[in-house]
Amino acid sequence: MTRMRRWLPGLLLLSPSIAAIAIFVYGMLGWNLQVAMTDRHDEISEGRFVGLTNFVQLWDQPRWHISVEHAVVFTLVFVGGALLLGWLLAFLMERGIRGEGTFRAIYLFPMAISFVATGIVWRWLMNAGTGERAVGLNALLDGLGLGFLQWQWFRDPDWGMAAMAIPAVWQMSGYVMALFLAGFRGVPDELREAARVDGASEWKVYRHIVLPLLRPVTLSALIILGHISLKVFDLIVAVAGTQVVTDVPAVFMWVAVFDSHDPAKGATIAAYIVLSVTVFVVPYLIWSVRRERRES
Amino acid sequence: MTAVARRARVLPGVRFALLIAFVLVFLVPVYVLLATSFKPLTEADPGQAWNLPRTWTFEAWRVAWEKLAPGLLNSVLIAVPGALISAALGSMNGYVLSKWRFPGADVVFTLFLFGMFIPYQGVMIPLVQLMTTLDIYGGLPGLILAHVVYGIPICTLIFRNYYVTIPDELIEASRVDGAGMLRAYRSVVLPVSGPAFAVVVIWQFTSLWNDFLFAVFLTGPQSWPATVLLNNIAGAQATPYSQQMAAAILASIPTMVVYVLLGRFFMRGLMAGALKG
Repeated sequence: MTRMRRWLPGLLLLSPSIAAIAIFVYGMLGWNLQVAMTDRHDEISEGRFVGLTNFVQLWDQPRWHISVEHAVVFTLVFVGGALLLGWLLAFLMERGIRGEGTFRAIYLFPMAISFVATGIVWRWLMNAGTGERAVGLNALLDGLGLGFLQWQWFRDPDWGMAAMAIPAVWQMSGYVMALFLAGFRGVPDELREAARVDGASEWKVYRHIVLPLLRPVTLSALIILGHISLKVFDLIVAVAGTQVVTDVPAVFMWVAVFDSHDPAKGATIAAYIVLSVTVFVVPYLIWSVRRERRES
Repeated sequence: MTAVARRARVLPGVRFALLIAFVLVFLVPVYVLLATSFKPLTEADPGQAWNLPRTWTFEAWRVAWEKLAPGLLNSVLIAVPGALISAALGSMNGYVLSKWRFPGADVVFTLFLFGMFIPYQGVMIPLVQLMTTLDIYGGLPGLILAHVVYGIPICTLIFRNYYVTIPDELIEASRVDGAGMLRAYRSVVLPVSGPAFAVVVIWQFTSLWNDFLFAVFLTGPQSWPATVLLNNIAGAQATPYSQQMAAAILASIPTMVVYVLLGRFFMRGLMAGALKG
Protein backbone atom coordinates (compact mmCIF):
# COMPACT_ATOMS: atom_id res chain seq x y z
CA MET A 1 0.00 0.00 0.00
CA THR A 2 2.76 2.46 0.90
CA ARG A 3 4.66 1.35 -2.18
CA MET A 4 1.64 2.03 -4.31
CA ARG A 5 1.26 5.46 -2.78
CA ARG A 6 4.77 6.03 -4.02
CA TRP A 7 4.23 5.36 -7.69
CA LEU A 8 0.51 5.94 -8.24
CA PRO A 9 0.71 9.76 -8.52
CA GLY A 10 3.33 9.44 -11.25
CA LEU A 11 1.19 7.05 -13.22
CA LEU A 12 -1.77 9.41 -12.86
CA LEU A 13 0.24 12.38 -14.11
CA LEU A 14 1.42 10.37 -17.09
CA SER A 15 -1.98 8.87 -17.88
CA PRO A 16 -3.20 11.60 -20.29
CA SER A 17 -0.11 11.06 -22.42
CA ILE A 18 -0.42 7.28 -22.18
CA ALA A 19 -4.01 7.58 -23.37
CA ALA A 20 -3.01 9.95 -26.19
CA ILE A 21 -0.24 7.64 -27.42
CA ALA A 22 -2.47 4.58 -27.08
CA ILE A 23 -5.23 6.19 -29.16
CA PHE A 24 -3.32 8.30 -31.66
CA VAL A 25 -0.33 6.06 -32.29
CA TYR A 26 -1.41 2.47 -31.71
CA GLY A 27 -5.15 2.96 -32.17
CA MET A 28 -4.70 4.83 -35.43
CA LEU A 29 -2.16 2.33 -36.76
CA GLY A 30 -4.65 -0.43 -36.01
CA TRP A 31 -7.52 1.51 -37.55
CA ASN A 32 -5.43 2.14 -40.66
CA LEU A 33 -4.72 -1.57 -40.91
CA GLN A 34 -8.42 -2.25 -40.57
CA VAL A 35 -9.23 0.16 -43.45
CA ALA A 36 -6.52 -1.52 -45.51
CA MET A 37 -8.31 -4.85 -45.08
CA THR A 38 -11.62 -3.63 -46.52
CA ASP A 39 -12.85 -2.96 -50.04
CA ARG A 40 -13.49 0.73 -49.39
CA HIS A 41 -12.33 1.79 -52.82
CA ASP A 42 -14.44 4.95 -52.83
CA GLU A 43 -15.41 7.46 -50.18
CA ILE A 44 -19.05 6.45 -49.68
CA SER A 45 -19.16 2.68 -49.29
CA GLU A 46 -18.89 1.14 -45.83
CA GLY A 47 -16.35 -1.44 -46.85
CA ARG A 48 -16.42 -5.17 -46.29
CA PHE A 49 -13.60 -7.16 -44.77
CA VAL A 50 -11.44 -8.62 -47.52
CA GLY A 51 -8.41 -9.76 -45.55
CA LEU A 52 -5.05 -9.23 -47.17
CA THR A 53 -6.43 -8.91 -50.71
CA ASN A 54 -5.33 -5.27 -51.06
CA PHE A 55 -1.85 -6.09 -49.83
CA VAL A 56 -1.52 -8.75 -52.52
CA GLN A 57 -3.21 -6.82 -55.32
CA LEU A 58 -0.99 -3.77 -54.84
CA TRP A 59 1.86 -5.78 -56.33
CA ASP A 60 -0.12 -6.11 -59.59
CA GLN A 61 0.20 -2.38 -60.15
CA PRO A 62 3.22 -1.25 -62.17
CA ARG A 63 3.23 2.12 -60.38
CA TRP A 64 3.73 0.38 -57.02
CA HIS A 65 6.75 -1.48 -58.35
CA ILE A 66 8.19 1.78 -59.67
CA SER A 67 7.65 3.59 -56.39
CA VAL A 68 9.27 0.79 -54.35
CA GLU A 69 12.28 0.70 -56.68
CA HIS A 70 12.55 4.48 -56.40
CA ALA A 71 12.42 4.31 -52.61
CA VAL A 72 15.24 1.75 -52.61
CA VAL A 73 17.49 3.84 -54.88
CA PHE A 74 16.70 7.02 -52.94
CA THR A 75 17.39 5.34 -49.61
CA LEU A 76 20.71 3.84 -50.71
CA VAL A 77 22.02 7.10 -52.18
CA PHE A 78 20.65 9.35 -49.44
CA VAL A 79 21.67 7.24 -46.44
CA GLY A 80 25.03 6.28 -47.96
CA GLY A 81 25.75 9.82 -49.14
CA ALA A 82 24.77 11.56 -45.91
CA LEU A 83 26.74 9.04 -43.81
CA LEU A 84 29.88 9.38 -45.93
CA LEU A 85 29.77 13.16 -46.23
CA GLY A 86 28.84 13.66 -42.58
CA TRP A 87 31.61 11.33 -41.48
CA LEU A 88 34.14 13.06 -43.75
CA LEU A 89 33.25 16.51 -42.41
CA ALA A 90 33.52 15.29 -38.82
CA PHE A 91 36.79 13.53 -39.61
CA LEU A 92 38.25 16.75 -41.06
CA MET A 93 37.25 18.77 -37.97
CA GLU A 94 37.80 16.10 -35.36
CA ARG A 95 41.16 17.28 -34.05
CA GLY A 96 40.08 20.90 -33.82
CA ILE A 97 40.41 23.48 -36.56
CA ARG A 98 40.34 27.25 -36.73
CA GLY A 99 36.79 28.56 -37.15
CA GLU A 100 35.19 25.25 -36.18
CA GLY A 101 32.06 26.97 -34.86
CA THR A 102 31.50 28.72 -38.19
CA PHE A 103 32.04 25.56 -40.20
CA ARG A 104 29.61 23.66 -38.03
CA ALA A 105 26.98 26.36 -38.29
CA ILE A 106 27.22 26.42 -42.09
CA TYR A 107 27.03 22.64 -42.49
CA LEU A 108 24.11 22.43 -40.09
CA PHE A 109 21.91 25.31 -41.21
CA PRO A 110 20.10 23.40 -44.02
CA MET A 111 18.52 21.31 -41.26
CA ALA A 112 16.67 24.35 -39.94
CA ILE A 113 14.88 24.87 -43.27
CA SER A 114 11.86 22.97 -44.52
CA PHE A 115 12.13 20.48 -47.36
CA VAL A 116 9.50 22.53 -49.15
CA ALA A 117 11.66 25.67 -49.20
CA THR A 118 14.81 23.84 -50.25
CA GLY A 119 12.88 21.83 -52.82
CA ILE A 120 12.06 25.05 -54.68
CA VAL A 121 15.67 26.03 -55.23
CA TRP A 122 16.82 22.48 -55.97
CA ARG A 123 14.11 22.01 -58.56
CA TRP A 124 15.61 24.98 -60.31
CA LEU A 125 19.23 23.91 -59.86
CA MET A 126 18.48 20.42 -61.16
CA ASN A 127 16.83 21.61 -64.37
CA ALA A 128 17.01 18.85 -66.96
CA GLY A 129 18.09 21.00 -69.93
CA THR A 130 21.50 20.05 -71.36
CA GLY A 131 23.84 21.37 -74.05
CA GLU A 132 22.52 24.59 -75.59
CA ARG A 133 19.57 24.64 -73.19
CA ALA A 134 21.63 24.00 -70.07
CA VAL A 135 20.66 26.05 -67.02
CA GLY A 136 21.14 25.58 -63.28
CA LEU A 137 23.76 23.03 -62.25
CA ASN A 138 24.20 21.84 -65.83
CA ALA A 139 25.20 25.37 -66.85
CA LEU A 140 27.54 25.56 -63.87
CA LEU A 141 29.17 22.27 -64.88
CA ASP A 142 29.55 23.62 -68.41
CA GLY A 143 31.17 26.78 -67.10
CA LEU A 144 33.62 24.73 -65.04
CA GLY A 145 34.62 22.73 -68.11
CA LEU A 146 32.79 19.67 -66.80
CA GLY A 147 30.08 19.73 -69.45
CA PHE A 148 30.36 15.97 -69.97
CA LEU A 149 28.82 15.51 -66.49
CA GLN A 150 25.56 17.15 -67.55
CA TRP A 151 22.56 14.92 -67.18
CA GLN A 152 18.81 15.03 -66.68
CA TRP A 153 19.00 14.93 -62.87
CA PHE A 154 15.71 13.76 -61.36
CA ARG A 155 14.16 13.39 -64.82
CA ASP A 156 16.59 10.63 -65.69
CA PRO A 157 14.39 7.52 -66.07
CA ASP A 158 16.92 5.14 -64.49
CA TRP A 159 18.87 7.10 -61.90
CA GLY A 160 16.62 10.09 -61.33
CA MET A 161 16.05 9.16 -57.71
CA ALA A 162 19.79 9.35 -57.09
CA ALA A 163 19.58 13.02 -58.11
CA MET A 164 16.56 13.46 -55.85
CA ALA A 165 18.72 12.28 -52.97
CA ILE A 166 21.20 15.15 -53.47
CA PRO A 167 19.08 17.83 -51.75
CA ALA A 168 18.37 15.37 -48.94
CA VAL A 169 22.09 14.74 -48.49
CA TRP A 170 22.66 18.50 -48.52
CA GLN A 171 20.05 18.89 -45.82
CA MET A 172 21.00 16.05 -43.49
CA SER A 173 24.76 15.51 -43.71
CA GLY A 174 25.41 18.33 -41.24
CA TYR A 175 23.35 16.41 -38.72
CA VAL A 176 25.41 13.28 -39.30
CA MET A 177 28.54 15.41 -38.93
CA ALA A 178 27.35 16.65 -35.53
CA LEU A 179 26.64 13.09 -34.41
CA PHE A 180 30.04 11.82 -35.54
CA LEU A 181 31.84 14.81 -34.10
CA ALA A 182 30.32 14.04 -30.70
CA GLY A 183 31.32 10.42 -31.24
CA PHE A 184 34.93 11.31 -32.10
CA ARG A 185 35.19 13.58 -29.09
CA GLY A 186 33.87 10.79 -26.89
CA VAL A 187 36.96 8.67 -27.59
CA PRO A 188 39.27 9.09 -24.56
CA ASP A 189 42.62 10.64 -25.50
CA GLU A 190 44.42 8.18 -23.20
CA LEU A 191 43.26 5.30 -25.38
CA ARG A 192 44.76 6.87 -28.50
CA GLU A 193 47.94 7.83 -26.68
CA ALA A 194 48.39 4.35 -25.29
CA ALA A 195 48.11 2.85 -28.76
CA ARG A 196 50.56 5.39 -30.19
CA VAL A 197 53.07 4.65 -27.44
CA ASP A 198 52.74 0.99 -28.40
CA GLY A 199 53.91 2.03 -31.86
CA ALA A 200 50.59 1.90 -33.71
CA SER A 201 50.38 4.11 -36.81
CA GLU A 202 47.70 6.82 -36.97
CA TRP A 203 45.74 4.67 -39.39
CA LYS A 204 45.89 1.69 -37.03
CA VAL A 205 44.81 3.84 -34.09
CA TYR A 206 41.89 4.97 -36.16
CA ARG A 207 41.00 1.53 -37.45
CA HIS A 208 41.25 -0.37 -34.17
CA ILE A 209 40.49 2.22 -31.48
CA VAL A 210 38.31 5.00 -32.90
CA LEU A 211 36.20 3.17 -35.47
CA PRO A 212 34.84 0.48 -33.12
CA LEU A 213 33.84 3.17 -30.62
CA LEU A 214 31.90 5.00 -33.37
CA ARG A 215 29.66 2.01 -34.03
CA PRO A 216 26.75 3.10 -31.78
CA VAL A 217 26.76 6.59 -33.35
CA THR A 218 26.79 5.09 -36.82
CA LEU A 219 23.84 2.88 -35.93
CA SER A 220 21.85 5.85 -34.58
CA ALA A 221 22.57 7.86 -37.71
CA LEU A 222 21.61 4.92 -39.88
CA ILE A 223 18.27 4.49 -38.12
CA ILE A 224 17.41 8.19 -38.21
CA LEU A 225 18.35 8.62 -41.87
CA GLY A 226 16.65 5.37 -42.81
CA HIS A 227 13.30 6.25 -41.30
CA ILE A 228 13.39 9.74 -42.83
CA SER A 229 14.16 8.19 -46.18
CA LEU A 230 11.37 5.62 -46.22
CA LYS A 231 8.66 8.20 -45.53
CA VAL A 232 10.09 11.01 -47.69
CA PHE A 233 7.29 13.11 -49.13
CA ASP A 234 7.74 16.90 -48.78
CA LEU A 235 10.98 17.06 -50.70
CA ILE A 236 9.70 15.07 -53.65
CA VAL A 237 6.43 16.97 -53.88
CA ALA A 238 8.32 20.29 -53.71
CA VAL A 239 10.88 19.33 -56.36
CA ALA A 240 8.80 17.32 -58.82
CA GLY A 241 5.15 17.29 -57.74
CA THR A 242 3.33 13.97 -57.89
CA GLN A 243 4.66 12.68 -61.19
CA VAL A 244 5.37 9.00 -61.75
CA VAL A 245 8.98 9.75 -62.75
CA THR A 246 9.83 10.48 -59.10
CA ASP A 247 7.12 8.42 -57.41
CA VAL A 248 7.75 6.89 -53.98
CA PRO A 249 5.26 5.05 -51.72
CA ALA A 250 4.42 8.19 -49.71
CA VAL A 251 3.58 10.13 -52.89
CA PHE A 252 1.66 7.17 -54.32
CA MET A 253 -0.36 7.07 -51.10
CA TRP A 254 -1.18 10.76 -51.48
CA VAL A 255 -2.34 10.14 -55.05
CA ALA A 256 -4.43 7.16 -53.96
CA VAL A 257 -6.20 9.19 -51.26
CA PHE A 258 -6.69 12.54 -52.97
CA ASP A 259 -6.66 11.81 -56.70
CA SER A 260 -8.06 8.27 -56.91
CA HIS A 261 -10.25 8.70 -53.79
CA ASP A 262 -9.43 5.16 -52.71
CA PRO A 263 -9.00 5.00 -48.90
CA ALA A 264 -8.39 1.26 -48.83
CA LYS A 265 -5.52 1.53 -51.30
CA GLY A 266 -4.04 4.54 -49.50
CA ALA A 267 -4.24 2.69 -46.18
CA THR A 268 -2.56 -0.35 -47.72
CA ILE A 269 0.37 1.71 -49.01
CA ALA A 270 0.62 3.48 -45.65
CA ALA A 271 0.70 0.13 -43.86
CA TYR A 272 3.57 -1.01 -46.08
CA ILE A 273 5.50 2.20 -45.26
CA VAL A 274 4.96 1.62 -41.53
CA LEU A 275 6.03 -2.00 -41.90
CA SER A 276 9.25 -1.06 -43.69
CA VAL A 277 10.22 1.28 -40.84
CA THR A 278 9.06 -1.05 -38.06
CA VAL A 279 11.24 -3.98 -39.06
CA PHE A 280 14.42 -2.11 -38.23
CA VAL A 281 13.27 0.49 -35.66
CA VAL A 282 11.75 -1.98 -33.19
CA PRO A 283 14.91 -4.09 -32.77
CA TYR A 284 16.89 -0.84 -32.48
CA LEU A 285 14.62 0.54 -29.74
CA ILE A 286 14.73 -2.69 -27.75
CA TRP A 287 18.51 -2.78 -28.12
CA SER A 288 19.01 0.81 -26.97
CA VAL A 289 16.65 0.57 -23.99
CA ARG A 290 18.42 -2.63 -22.88
CA ARG A 291 21.82 -1.04 -23.34
CA GLU A 292 20.82 1.94 -21.24
CA ARG A 293 19.54 -0.32 -18.48
CA ARG A 294 22.79 -2.29 -18.52
CA GLU A 295 24.81 0.89 -18.19
CA SER A 296 22.82 2.37 -15.35
CA MET B 1 62.09 17.66 -39.06
CA THR B 2 60.58 14.26 -38.44
CA ALA B 3 57.90 12.83 -40.68
CA VAL B 4 55.29 13.12 -37.96
CA ALA B 5 55.97 16.79 -37.31
CA ARG B 6 55.90 17.59 -41.04
CA ARG B 7 52.58 15.82 -41.45
CA ALA B 8 51.14 17.67 -38.49
CA ARG B 9 52.04 20.95 -40.19
CA VAL B 10 50.79 20.09 -43.66
CA LEU B 11 47.57 18.32 -42.84
CA PRO B 12 45.72 21.16 -41.10
CA GLY B 13 46.14 23.22 -44.27
CA VAL B 14 44.70 20.46 -46.43
CA ARG B 15 41.84 19.88 -44.02
CA PHE B 16 41.07 23.57 -43.89
CA ALA B 17 41.05 23.84 -47.69
CA LEU B 18 38.71 20.87 -47.99
CA LEU B 19 36.35 22.30 -45.38
CA ILE B 20 36.27 25.63 -47.24
CA ALA B 21 35.49 23.81 -50.48
CA PHE B 22 32.54 22.09 -48.82
CA VAL B 23 31.33 25.42 -47.43
CA LEU B 24 31.18 26.76 -50.99
CA VAL B 25 29.21 23.72 -52.16
CA PHE B 26 26.82 24.05 -49.23
CA LEU B 27 26.19 27.71 -49.98
CA VAL B 28 25.40 27.29 -53.70
CA PRO B 29 21.62 27.02 -53.14
CA VAL B 30 21.73 30.01 -50.79
CA TYR B 31 23.45 32.12 -53.42
CA VAL B 32 20.84 31.23 -56.03
CA LEU B 33 17.98 31.93 -53.61
CA LEU B 34 19.30 35.33 -52.58
CA ALA B 35 20.53 36.50 -55.98
CA THR B 36 17.31 35.52 -57.77
CA SER B 37 15.03 37.03 -55.15
CA PHE B 38 16.42 40.53 -55.80
CA LYS B 39 16.07 40.34 -59.57
CA PRO B 40 13.42 42.15 -61.61
CA LEU B 41 11.08 40.02 -63.73
CA THR B 42 13.20 40.49 -66.85
CA GLU B 43 16.24 38.87 -65.26
CA ALA B 44 14.52 36.12 -63.31
CA ASP B 45 14.93 33.26 -65.76
CA PRO B 46 16.96 30.08 -65.27
CA GLY B 47 19.43 31.07 -67.99
CA GLN B 48 20.74 33.84 -65.74
CA ALA B 49 20.64 31.90 -62.50
CA TRP B 50 24.32 32.38 -61.77
CA ASN B 51 24.47 36.12 -62.47
CA LEU B 52 24.04 38.71 -59.79
CA PRO B 53 21.10 41.03 -60.42
CA ARG B 54 21.96 43.91 -62.76
CA THR B 55 19.17 45.93 -61.18
CA TRP B 56 18.44 45.21 -57.53
CA THR B 57 14.79 45.38 -56.56
CA PHE B 58 12.59 44.41 -53.62
CA GLU B 59 9.60 43.96 -55.90
CA ALA B 60 9.64 40.14 -55.71
CA TRP B 61 9.91 40.29 -51.92
CA ARG B 62 6.92 42.64 -51.70
CA VAL B 63 4.69 40.41 -53.84
CA ALA B 64 5.90 37.23 -52.10
CA TRP B 65 5.12 38.79 -48.73
CA GLU B 66 1.60 39.67 -49.82
CA LYS B 67 0.97 36.14 -51.06
CA LEU B 68 2.60 34.36 -48.13
CA ALA B 69 1.49 36.55 -45.21
CA PRO B 70 -1.69 34.59 -44.32
CA GLY B 71 0.35 31.37 -44.23
CA LEU B 72 3.06 32.94 -42.10
CA LEU B 73 0.44 34.10 -39.63
CA ASN B 74 -1.09 30.61 -39.49
CA SER B 75 2.35 29.10 -38.97
CA VAL B 76 2.93 31.38 -35.98
CA LEU B 77 -0.50 30.46 -34.58
CA ILE B 78 0.39 26.78 -34.97
CA ALA B 79 4.04 26.64 -34.00
CA VAL B 80 4.08 28.93 -30.93
CA PRO B 81 1.24 27.36 -28.91
CA GLY B 82 2.11 23.92 -30.21
CA ALA B 83 5.70 24.19 -29.02
CA LEU B 84 4.72 25.57 -25.61
CA ILE B 85 2.08 22.91 -24.90
CA SER B 86 4.46 20.20 -26.06
CA ALA B 87 7.15 21.45 -23.70
CA ALA B 88 4.80 21.56 -20.71
CA LEU B 89 3.58 18.01 -21.38
CA GLY B 90 7.07 16.70 -22.08
CA SER B 91 8.41 18.17 -18.87
CA MET B 92 5.82 16.44 -16.69
CA ASN B 93 6.20 13.14 -18.56
CA GLY B 94 9.98 13.28 -18.35
CA TYR B 95 9.77 14.01 -14.63
CA VAL B 96 7.57 11.00 -13.98
CA LEU B 97 9.63 8.66 -16.15
CA SER B 98 12.89 9.65 -14.48
CA LYS B 99 11.95 10.34 -10.85
CA TRP B 100 8.53 8.80 -10.08
CA ARG B 101 8.86 5.57 -11.94
CA PHE B 102 6.07 3.03 -11.63
CA PRO B 103 6.14 -0.69 -12.41
CA GLY B 104 6.34 -1.09 -16.17
CA ALA B 105 7.68 2.42 -16.76
CA ASP B 106 10.38 1.09 -19.09
CA VAL B 107 7.82 -0.64 -21.27
CA VAL B 108 5.66 2.50 -21.42
CA PHE B 109 8.73 4.56 -22.33
CA THR B 110 9.71 2.16 -25.12
CA LEU B 111 6.15 2.21 -26.47
CA PHE B 112 6.30 6.03 -26.43
CA LEU B 113 9.60 6.01 -28.32
CA PHE B 114 8.19 3.93 -31.14
CA GLY B 115 5.76 6.81 -31.70
CA MET B 116 8.77 8.96 -32.57
CA PHE B 117 9.67 6.84 -35.57
CA ILE B 118 6.31 5.91 -37.07
CA PRO B 119 5.79 7.31 -40.56
CA TYR B 120 2.80 9.59 -40.06
CA GLN B 121 1.30 8.32 -43.31
CA GLY B 122 0.32 5.28 -41.26
CA VAL B 123 -2.12 7.27 -39.10
CA MET B 124 -3.28 9.89 -41.57
CA ILE B 125 -6.39 8.29 -43.06
CA PRO B 126 -7.98 7.37 -39.69
CA LEU B 127 -6.88 10.71 -38.23
CA VAL B 128 -8.78 12.59 -40.95
CA GLN B 129 -11.84 10.43 -40.23
CA LEU B 130 -11.60 10.94 -36.47
CA MET B 131 -11.20 14.69 -36.80
CA THR B 132 -14.11 14.87 -39.21
CA THR B 133 -16.25 12.96 -36.70
CA LEU B 134 -15.14 15.27 -33.86
CA ASP B 135 -15.76 18.26 -36.15
CA ILE B 136 -12.24 19.67 -35.72
CA TYR B 137 -11.08 18.75 -39.24
CA GLY B 138 -9.63 21.50 -41.39
CA GLY B 139 -8.85 24.10 -38.72
CA LEU B 140 -5.88 25.15 -36.64
CA PRO B 141 -6.89 23.48 -33.31
CA GLY B 142 -6.99 20.04 -34.93
CA LEU B 143 -3.58 20.51 -36.48
CA ILE B 144 -2.10 21.75 -33.20
CA LEU B 145 -3.61 18.77 -31.40
CA ALA B 146 -2.00 16.39 -33.90
CA HIS B 147 1.39 18.08 -33.55
CA VAL B 148 1.24 18.04 -29.76
CA VAL B 149 0.20 14.39 -29.58
CA TYR B 150 2.79 13.13 -32.05
CA GLY B 151 5.39 15.35 -30.40
CA ILE B 152 4.93 13.66 -27.01
CA PRO B 153 7.59 10.96 -27.63
CA ILE B 154 10.48 13.25 -28.58
CA CYS B 155 9.64 15.88 -25.93
CA THR B 156 9.32 13.21 -23.22
CA LEU B 157 12.63 11.70 -24.29
CA ILE B 158 14.53 15.00 -24.15
CA PHE B 159 13.15 15.93 -20.70
CA ARG B 160 13.65 12.44 -19.33
CA ASN B 161 17.27 12.29 -20.43
CA TYR B 162 17.82 15.72 -18.88
CA TYR B 163 16.10 14.95 -15.56
CA VAL B 164 18.03 11.70 -15.16
CA THR B 165 21.06 13.90 -14.40
CA ILE B 166 19.32 15.53 -11.39
CA PRO B 167 20.46 13.62 -8.27
CA ASP B 168 17.69 11.48 -6.77
CA GLU B 169 18.78 12.71 -3.31
CA LEU B 170 17.36 16.16 -4.05
CA ILE B 171 13.92 14.70 -4.69
CA GLU B 172 14.25 12.42 -1.66
CA ALA B 173 15.19 15.37 0.54
CA SER B 174 12.13 17.36 -0.45
CA ARG B 175 10.03 14.24 0.03
CA VAL B 176 11.34 13.87 3.58
CA ASP B 177 10.29 17.48 4.11
CA GLY B 178 6.78 16.33 3.28
CA ALA B 179 6.60 17.59 -0.32
CA GLY B 180 4.44 15.61 -2.71
CA MET B 181 5.20 14.87 -6.32
CA LEU B 182 3.97 18.19 -7.69
CA ARG B 183 5.67 20.27 -5.00
CA ALA B 184 8.97 18.49 -5.56
CA TYR B 185 8.53 19.27 -9.26
CA ARG B 186 7.91 22.96 -8.61
CA SER B 187 10.61 23.47 -6.01
CA VAL B 188 13.41 21.16 -7.19
CA VAL B 189 12.97 20.21 -10.84
CA LEU B 190 11.34 23.20 -12.53
CA PRO B 191 13.96 25.78 -11.41
CA VAL B 192 16.75 23.86 -13.19
CA SER B 193 14.71 22.93 -16.29
CA GLY B 194 15.55 26.02 -18.34
CA PRO B 195 17.96 24.41 -20.81
CA ALA B 196 15.66 21.44 -21.42
CA PHE B 197 12.73 23.78 -22.07
CA ALA B 198 14.86 25.73 -24.53
CA VAL B 199 15.83 22.55 -26.38
CA VAL B 200 12.26 21.26 -26.61
CA VAL B 201 10.63 24.56 -27.53
CA ILE B 202 13.18 25.12 -30.30
CA TRP B 203 12.92 21.58 -31.55
CA GLN B 204 9.13 21.62 -31.66
CA PHE B 205 8.95 25.12 -33.07
CA THR B 206 11.24 24.11 -35.93
CA SER B 207 9.41 20.86 -36.70
CA LEU B 208 5.98 22.45 -36.48
CA TRP B 209 7.02 25.39 -38.61
CA ASN B 210 8.56 23.13 -41.27
CA ASP B 211 5.82 20.51 -41.27
CA PHE B 212 4.08 19.89 -44.56
CA LEU B 213 2.56 16.41 -44.32
CA PHE B 214 0.16 17.00 -41.41
CA ALA B 215 -0.78 20.39 -42.79
CA VAL B 216 -1.78 19.17 -46.26
CA PHE B 217 -3.78 16.29 -44.85
CA LEU B 218 -5.47 18.09 -41.96
CA THR B 219 -6.05 21.73 -42.91
CA GLY B 220 -8.18 23.62 -45.38
CA PRO B 221 -7.21 26.76 -47.37
CA GLN B 222 -8.11 29.12 -44.49
CA SER B 223 -5.67 27.37 -42.16
CA TRP B 224 -2.82 26.57 -44.52
CA PRO B 225 0.55 27.27 -42.90
CA ALA B 226 3.46 28.85 -44.78
CA THR B 227 4.84 25.54 -46.09
CA VAL B 228 1.63 24.57 -47.88
CA LEU B 229 1.07 28.07 -49.24
CA LEU B 230 4.70 28.19 -50.36
CA ASN B 231 4.34 24.90 -52.20
CA ASN B 232 1.23 26.19 -53.95
CA ILE B 233 2.85 29.50 -54.89
CA ALA B 234 5.94 27.74 -56.26
CA GLY B 235 3.90 25.06 -57.99
CA ALA B 236 1.95 27.59 -60.03
CA GLN B 237 3.44 27.98 -63.50
CA ALA B 238 2.66 31.68 -63.51
CA THR B 239 4.74 32.54 -60.44
CA PRO B 240 8.02 34.23 -61.49
CA TYR B 241 11.18 32.62 -60.14
CA SER B 242 12.18 35.74 -58.24
CA GLN B 243 8.93 35.54 -56.25
CA GLN B 244 9.33 31.80 -55.62
CA MET B 245 12.81 32.33 -54.21
CA ALA B 246 11.78 35.33 -52.10
CA ALA B 247 8.83 33.34 -50.72
CA ALA B 248 11.10 30.39 -49.90
CA ILE B 249 13.42 32.69 -47.95
CA LEU B 250 10.53 34.40 -46.17
CA ALA B 251 9.14 31.05 -45.07
CA SER B 252 12.57 30.06 -43.72
CA ILE B 253 13.46 33.25 -41.86
CA PRO B 254 11.84 32.39 -38.49
CA THR B 255 13.58 29.02 -38.12
CA MET B 256 16.85 30.49 -39.40
CA VAL B 257 16.69 33.26 -36.79
CA VAL B 258 15.96 30.74 -34.05
CA TYR B 259 18.84 28.63 -35.31
CA VAL B 260 21.32 31.52 -35.40
CA LEU B 261 20.34 32.88 -31.98
CA LEU B 262 19.89 29.57 -30.17
CA GLY B 263 21.93 27.15 -32.25
CA ARG B 264 23.54 25.54 -29.22
CA PHE B 265 20.18 24.35 -27.96
CA PHE B 266 19.18 23.25 -31.42
CA MET B 267 22.26 21.01 -31.46
CA ARG B 268 21.31 19.46 -28.15
CA GLY B 269 17.84 18.71 -29.46
CA LEU B 270 19.38 16.97 -32.45
CA MET B 271 21.56 14.88 -30.17
CA ALA B 272 18.58 13.87 -28.06
CA GLY B 273 16.86 12.75 -31.24
CA ALA B 274 19.62 10.18 -31.59
CA LEU B 275 18.64 8.59 -28.28
CA LYS B 276 21.77 7.80 -26.31
CA GLY B 277 23.88 7.87 -29.52
